[in-house]
Amino acid sequence: MTEPSTTNPTALAVEMRRVTKQFPGVLANDCINLQVAYGEIHAIIGENGAGKSTLMSVLSGLLKADEGEVLLKGHPVRGRPHLVSRRGLGMVYQHFMLVPNFTVAENVILGNEPGDRVHLDLRAAEEAVRRLGQDYGLNLDPAARIEDLSVGEQQRVEILKVLYRGSDVIVLDEPTQVLTLQEKNELFETLRCLVRDGRTIIFITHHLEEVMALSDRVTVLRRGRVVASLAIQDTDIATLAQLMVGREIGPGEKRTGDVTGDVVLEVSDLTAVSERGLQALDGVSFGVRGGEILGLAGVEGNGQRELVETLTGLRIPSGGEIRIGDQSTHGWSPRQFLEAGVAVIPENRRVRGVVEPFTIAENLVLGRHWKRPFSKGWVLDLGAMEAEAKSLISDFGIVPPDPEILVRTLSGGNQQRVVVARELAKKPVVLIAAHPTRGLDIAGRQFAHSCLLRERSLGAAILLVSSDLEEILDLGDRIAVIFEGRITGILPREEASEGKLGLLMVGARR
Amino acid sequence: MKDLSIRRIVRELGQALLPLALALAVGAVIILAIGENPLTVFGLMLRGSFGSLRRLSGTLQEASPMIFTGVSVALAFRAGLFNIGAEGQLLIGGFAAAWAGFALTGLPGPLHVVFCVVAAAAAGLVWGLIPGILKARLGVHEVINTIMLNYVALSLTNFLVGHPYFKEPGQIPQTRDIAASSVLPRFEFLYAHAKVNAGLWVALAVMVAVGYLLARTRYGFEIKAVGYNPEASEAAGISKSRVIWTTMGLSGAIAGLAGAEQVLGVFRCFVSPFPFGYGFVGIAVALLARNNPLAVLPAALIFGALTSGAQEVDVHSGTPREITVVLQGIFVLFIACEFVLRRKRRVGETEGGPKAGGKGREEEGRGEDG
Repeated sequence: MTEPSTTNPTALAVEMRRVTKQFPGVLANDCINLQVAYGEIHAIIGENGAGKSTLMSVLSGLLKADEGEVLLKGHPVRGRPHLVSRRGLGMVYQHFMLVPNFTVAENVILGNEPGDRVHLDLRAAEEAVRRLGQDYGLNLDPAARIEDLSVGEQQRVEILKVLYRGSDVIVLDEPTQVLTLQEKNELFETLRCLVRDGRTIIFITHHLEEVMALSDRVTVLRRGRVVASLAIQDTDIATLAQLMVGREIGPGEKRTGDVTGDVVLEVSDLTAVSERGLQALDGVSFGVRGGEILGLAGVEGNGQRELVETLTGLRIPSGGEIRIGDQSTHGWSPRQFLEAGVAVIPENRRVRGVVEPFTIAENLVLGRHWKRPFSKGWVLDLGAMEAEAKSLISDFGIVPPDPEILVRTLSGGNQQRVVVARELAKKPVVLIAAHPTRGLDIAGRQFAHSCLLRERSLGAAILLVSSDLEEILDLGDRIAVIFEGRITGILPREEASEGKLGLLMVGARR
Repeated sequence: MKDLSIRRIVRELGQALLPLALALAVGAVIILAIGENPLTVFGLMLRGSFGSLRRLSGTLQEASPMIFTGVSVALAFRAGLFNIGAEGQLLIGGFAAAWAGFALTGLPGPLHVVFCVVAAAAAGLVWGLIPGILKARLGVHEVINTIMLNYVALSLTNFLVGHPYFKEPGQIPQTRDIAASSVLPRFEFLYAHAKVNAGLWVALAVMVAVGYLLARTRYGFEIKAVGYNPEASEAAGISKSRVIWTTMGLSGAIAGLAGAEQVLGVFRCFVSPFPFGYGFVGIAVALLARNNPLAVLPAALIFGALTSGAQEVDVHSGTPREITVVLQGIFVLFIACEFVLRRKRRVGETEGGPKAGGKGREEEGRGEDG
């Protein structure tokens, strides 16, 4: 274990002076000044693409700033990430860096293994992990394998890792994105405990209520610049939201009109089996009318993913039926679902949504590329693809507005816009939106919501799968709840409340 | 569709030539250790591969099959498939060409050649389809199957060559000579005893066709989509398994054509043992060409020149000709290094790079089975 390096009492924990970082076509960080005092929880907020991650990469030494200076505990940061980490900076990434079939202890010590040159002292490692866990309320079995842990527990392993290395300035990148409410509260408790112990926390998020609940100071980034740095008692949620997006936020768009359409998507007694051979869907039945949004609420991992996959032909149901219009979909390929007018905004856009090494134009026609005007016979019409891309780029505000840019280089929000643009351009009869706003900022979220509402008014039958109750309550005409592969209840929106849904989500039958 | 600016081409070329330069540098050290002058040896190699029409024809002759196998491997690569089996596909294709060449008589000349070429492609196709279908239907890894099918092809052709139906009477293990009507004309205008033949035109035509296929056709688009992201392609209604087996088949057919070029143009029968290694060199060629079909030509020429320059080195210097094999090996090593480095760089980019400040690792990577 390395001791935290000596602190220079006059200095700040982290100080950034006029940090500027330019990427081709984007000024990611523009003359940023940031001051983080010892022992504070400092939140950094901003929309997607505001420059938060770039700034943290500069701090960790992963990227070199074009201009400006970064001081960590009074020492200039230059060079390589492992040197910076030796100075006491610990990063907890959103995407965990764990070896799934190693144990907790093995993961924690990875890179700093105790023992002599030849032997690995695993017992000492487990002891150290246990002690650290007790000190900070991070209770974990050091001998448990990572793959058997929940997401929240895996995050605790990440935190243990930086503590084990003696980090006293800890950066967490969107740590709450993947946590349940309970886990989130535990995380906050741990962070407070760490601060009491003299450590400094930098916390990246775009959930404003978390900022208010947890942090001492907050720095707001917008388009690569610092627009404000405030003590938490001097601000409130509304102010922060406005600073973040740079404009007034109106109340969310509301739905209009009653649902009168016919049932377009009808699912009866659907069953499906997961990869692990477990019953993922256990007799799911519901119908969605044209012009209706059916919200599907539930804690993640209760069969939502399998449901979406069977509804798009990616997974073959083991029983039951899916009807689209008056057609039975028995034995359909994904292509046939697509041709029947089913569009899907997938849960994990980088896996199912986009082909990252393809250009924006190529991604926007993917799934329609075999049709006119994009294909004439066997040959692609690149001109038609480009024309379509240009029009979708301007309709959906994709940035940068260049059809030839690779999707890999886009920010998450813009990748999502590409997916949404493509799926809506199919003029779907049935639209399946799985967590359409996950990882999006406020503007992106409003944009996605207004897209869904527009499709609703155009008469599409929409299934909105989300673990975000607020989103479901805002948009759904009716709300179904899924628990352990079964629908535990379907409520009209007027009857639905967070309380009722919450009960259904943990399996209380209606 | 992508930017084809001069700058980009120069940069790519520079990146491709860097491994060659490094290989030559290491080679120079080895030659020095032997006690020879590296510059002399390299000069001899250059002269031996491009110094006269005779030598040029030798280089082109070496490069011809490499173009086929290079394109074959590159095409499969674009669909995310490692076709290590070009060697076997070449053997089977060559044998089919030889069979069609001697067994069918009475066909008018051009038709006979075309038939033999098609026979080679068809045989290669079958040899490619086997691992392709196994992969598409059962998920069996194509690397294992293509490697093993190389041995099957080798044993099968060796066995068949000895069969009385195929065998040329006499001591030499080879098939009967193909009919004159099935011979691919050699480039005698270049050099009286040139062995480089019209197969080169076929190679170039196939190369351009595959380039067009990938850049401009619907099928090529699907190949690339599946190669880059099979999950998203599936979700977009592309049949992943169809792309896999058809691409493997096509890749095999192209490798089979290399066998036709050798049999119909160079040997005019199927000899046993058949010249070994063009299928494997094809992997290096594709790697150097970065799986861009049009870049396969210069890549194959470089490897062809390295091979054909050997004799000159042997005759006119004290360095053994094997130095060129050593150079090729080192060259491939450096290409592979460069390939790995480029991948690493790309990973680095997505992590902190031009994401426009977007979250580098956004989205929990909750993979396939959450």
